[in-house]
Order: sequence, then structure tokens, then C-alpha cells
Amino acid sequence: MAIDALAAPATSPGTAPRRRRPGLRGSENLAGWLFVAPVVVILGLFLLLPILMAFWVSLTGWNGQGSPFRSEVPFIGADNYTRLFTVDGLARQDFMTSLRNNIYYVLLVVPAQTALALFLALVVNNRMLRGKSFFRTAFYFPSVTSSVAISIVFLFMFSSSGAVNSLLAMVGLDGPQWFADSRGVLHLLLGVVGVDSPPAALADGGPGGLSWWDWLSGPSVAMVSIISLVVWTTSGTFMLMFLAALQGVPVALDEAGTLDGANRWQRFRYVTLPMIRPTMFLVLTLGLIGSWQVFDQVYVMSQGNPAKTTLTPAYLSYRTAFQDFDYGRGAAISFVLFLIIIVLTLVQRRLLAERDPSRRGWLRRRVPGRS
Amino acid sequence: MAVVTEPPRVPTRPAPTGRRQPRGLVTTFVGYAVLVFFALVFLYPFVIQIGNAFKTEPDAAANPLSPVPDPLDLTSFQRLFDGTSFPLWMGNSLLVTVLVTLGRVFLDSLAGYALARLRFRGRAGLFAAIIAVMAVPGVVLLIPKFLVLNQLGIYDSYAALIVPLLADAAGVFIMKQFFESIPVSMEEAARIDGAGVFRTFWSVVLPMARPALITLTILSFQGSWNEFPHTLVAVQDPSLFTLPRGLADLVTGSLGSGTQYPLKLGAALLATIPVAIIFVIFQRYFVRDASDGAEKG
Repeated sequence: MAIDALAAPATSPGTAPRRRRPGLRGSENLAGWLFVAPVVVILGLFLLLPILMAFWVSLTGWNGQGSPFRSEVPFIGADNYTRLFTVDGLARQDFMTSLRNNIYYVLLVVPAQTALALFLALVVNNRMLRGKSFFRTAFYFPSVTSSVAISIVFLFMFSSSGAVNSLLAMVGLDGPQWFADSRGVLHLLLGVVGVDSPPAALADGGPGGLSWWDWLSGPSVAMVSIISLVVWTTSGTFMLMFLAALQGVPVALDEAGTLDGANRWQRFRYVTLPMIRPTMFLVLTLGLIGSWQVFDQVYVMSQGNPAKTTLTPAYLSYRTAFQDFDYGRGAAISFVLFLIIIVLTLVQRRLLAERDPSRRGWLRRRVPGRS
Repeated sequence: MAVVTEPPRVPTRPAPTGRRQPRGLVTTFVGYAVLVFFALVFLYPFVIQIGNAFKTEPDAAANPLSPVPDPLDLTSFQRLFDGTSFPLWMGNSLLVTVLVTLGRVFLDSLAGYALARLRFRGRAGLFAAIIAVMAVPGVVLLIPKFLVLNQLGIYDSYAALIVPLLADAAGVFIMKQFFESIPVSMEEAARIDGAGVFRTFWSVVLPMARPALITLTILSFQGSWNEFPHTLVAVQDPSLFTLPRGLADLVTGSLGSGTQYPLKLGAALLATIPVAIIFVIFQRYFVRDASDGAEKG
């Protein structure tokens, strides 16, 4: 999934335009609004208005027939939401399963893509190596390709007689049937130490109608292949961010560390890492926000299968609306997901603002209402 | 992990023992080994894709890792053009991409210029709103967008594919930042000469904004060529499918017997080529954009 680097707030305070002669103010007012009108209309019509409409629909039982604003459409209040959280049933079970899947996805994708991106940036930034721009291009290229096209390539690579299993066979391993394998990785690991069935304490009683044993499944084997695709495509973008940050670390600092007798790990840990902390933080939060939006890969590669182990809230919301024709519940799932992502975004902005006094000033000036 | 890759810095003062220690050579070697390994990890899937697109189905199943087709087989491409709607998808994609890119470049620059330079009532609030809009995640808008398109009566039409994508908040943001970075004196001269606001924008400011316009063109092209989720909720008529939508349909739908991987890989390959070409030519604009994000962070 492409991560929009620009979604992060900017530090650049911008040069304030000079005041013009008062006689021009009136015409500038009109021109200003004329200039922004098309963008305002399009964003308002296809972004703001839809959100309001969807909120209304999430309170109804609209099935997609006719207009959702007719009086015949049943208004059911918060039912669509309670069915996701408190009412025992398939709706809640599916939603909780999708949350579980996405949590494991986040837990693996975010650390893996951040570590890989930083590692690649450190290697590419090495001043003694040549051909940097080639390698930088190679690592970044997957990020700009179509998610659908690349998902097809990975479907082929992870097919049961595909490239990944051929590689595993070379080292004597028997690869799984990736996209048919719903076994959880944690369950598999527990199986290795002899725990094949849920211990009595975990057999049921978990939150949200899912047993503790189900919550502790780990990502399924199928999900692991989606995770590897996503880490592979997003690392390049984040590598570029780390590279830009690393280029801002003064070489003299590193040399001072060397003179003081610090070894490489110490220099990385105590010199480089603190210097690139803001970027590290940005990459982590962008990753966190982006990984709750995984959709394209699930749609193309698995449609939530096998055994719902690659179901994510984003895909579940789509499927509930457009395949089960329960638009109200689909919209409700969207809103819960929206809430999760907005909370993460606000936490990110708040933490960034606390970290960086100049940014705090920027936020106060440009975004009223956020203190 | 950084242990192996951090180079020993060549001291600025001449070291008594000579310029390069043997340890430096080892590090350099390890560094290259790591780079080449990861270059393979990141590029070999594309090699596999190209190789297998030209294979027969049994060959692709038996030797998925080999980049060399044996025998070379073009039937999958033939089938793609004769047996599927691939040419139609390509045409639709081209149409959507061109119109969306033109629209975004023009409308985003207009709005970006107004937000950067024109003093109008409500400007600060509008800019705050645009920043807020950038934080709205696309996937939660799927059902909402469908509702609006349906309500407006343009669901399942070219308008539904194109119009909602014609402006984007991130593009407005890029243009605003750029316009603020160029000196205001030229515009003032034009205004004093009696040029109107639009004329000043069109003939004085836009020509100076070439780098930002190129960046925006490329991002819009790449974004709209690859756009997938929007097409899911905008159209259902197969004659309106764009390439990503058609490809997804090829994979998830039923397409005769067998896995047909050479055909699918070939289709994915053709869908990747335009962006790949743009990427190679205009690489520095892509790179600049991504690292700008970092500087802001």
C-alpha cells in the first residue's frame, strides 16, 4: 500500500505573503474563492458529503435498493455498531476476527518494514560504496508499481509450486500451500512444543466472542505471504526517508565518536539513532496508520480466505456492503476503522508537536482548534 | 545489524599507519554483498514476472524460478488481446489517467496559488481543512463514495471514474508550498503592469513552477494509473473497467481452466510498464517527493 508521505504535517512555516494595497483586497477575495472553488467543490462533494451520508447510512438497514434517504428505509440507530461489539453473532465474530488479523498484521509489518528500511538506508548511505543511485532505485521501484499488478506476481511466487517453495526446496524444506493455509503461526509454534489443542483455560471466554485460543493464533500462513509482499513494497519509500535523515547527520559527529573509542554499534546507537529520531518516529506512525488500511492486496490475493484469516476491517467493510448488501453494517465498520486511524493520526501529531517546538508553533498557527 | 555496514570513517587527519586498513576492505566487500543480495530480493520478482509471462503454463509451473522461457511462448499475450477485454481496459486507463492528471495539475495549482498568495476571507480555515482532508484514509471512503455517486446518478459511468479524482488535497499542498518558495516580485511587476489575477497566475507564475508541475504530473499519473479501490465503487460495467480493475477481475474471476499464470503475469507486466518507464526517466522527481516527506517529519 502506498503511504502518502505528505499526510504528515509539514514543518515549513512558509513565507507569509506580503500585504497588498487595500484597493486590491476586494478583487482578491473574489479571485481567491474562484481559484479554490473547483477543489472545494470536488473535495466537498466526494469527501465531506459522503462521510456525512455514510454516517446516516450506518444508522440504517439500507440494502442498496433505491435511495438510502427514503422514509421506507428502516432506521435502526446504533444497532449496526452494537452488532459489531456487544451482540453475539456472526457479525461480531467476523469483525473481531478481522481486528485480530489486522493487529497481527500491524505487529509484523510495522517493525519489519521500519527495520528493513533503516538497514537499507544505512547500507546505501555508506560513503565507501559506489553505485548508490542504482541500489536506491532498485529498492524504491516496487513502491511505485501498481498494487494489483504486484499482488499477481506475489500470488504466482507464493503458489504451491511457485518460486518461494522452489527456493525452500533447494534448502530441503517443504513449503506450505501458502494461500490455502489458515493455520496461525503462533499455533504452529505451540504445536512444535507439543501444544496442539487449546488448553482448557484458553478454549473459550475471550473478548468479543472469540476464544482466547483464537485471539492467540498469530497471523495465518496465508497472511504471512501478504505481510511479506507489503514489507517488500513499502520499505523502499521509508528507506528514502531514512536516507534523507541520515544525510543530515554531520560526519564530524560520527568521527568524534570514533575518536572517543566508540565501536560501530555504539556510534549507531548513541550518535546516529538520536539524530534521526524524528524520522524514525514519522516512519513508525505512517506505517501504523497505513497498515490499518490494507485492502488491495487482500482483495486480489485472498478475499479474506482461507478461513477468514486474511479478513481485515477494510476488506470486511467492503464485502459486507457490496457482497452481502448490508450497507448499514459495512458503513459502521468503516466508521470504526476511521476512528482507529484518526486516533492514531492525532496521537502522531500530538507527539510530533511535543517533540518539536517549531512544529508546535506551526500547528497552533495553521490548525485552529488543536492545542 | 548496522555493525557490519557502518564504514570505518577515513580519518580526516592522515593516519600514521596508512590510508586504508584491511578492515575497510572487508567492510566494503560485506557492504556490496548486502546491497547485491537485497537488489536481487527487490528486483528478482520482476525478472520472474517477465520470464514467466513468456512461458507455457506447464513450464511456468515446473520452473517458476527460471527467468528463461523454454520454449518461448507468446500465446498468453495473444490470448490477452484476443480473448480478454485487455485492450479496452488499457484504453479506459489511458483516458482516465490523462484526464485526471490534467485536471489535478490545473485545479491543484489554482487552489495552491490562491492559498499561497491571494488574501481572501476564510483562507486559513480552508487550508486547515485541506490538511485535515489529507488525513482521511482512502479505504474508509469506499462506501461513502459509492453513496454519493449513486445519489448523484452518475454511478457506473466515466464521470464516476474521473470526476471524484480530479482534485487531491496532497497536490494542493505541494503546489502551495512551492508557490510560497518563489519570490513575489515578478507577480507584483505584472500586477502593476495591469495584468489580472488569472493572467498573472497563468503567464507569470505557472511558467516558474515547472519543477513542481512536473512532480505533480508524475504523481498524478502514477496515482491514477494504479488506482484500484475507487474503480471498485465507481463502476460495475465491465466495459468501464480500467487496467487494475480488469486485472483484479482476471485473477479473482473465472477464466477458463488452469491457473493461467503466464497470462496473468503478462497482463500485470503490461500494466507495470508505463509507470516503470516514467519512473526511470523522472526518477529524481519521485525521490524528491519521498524525501521531502522525511524533511517535514
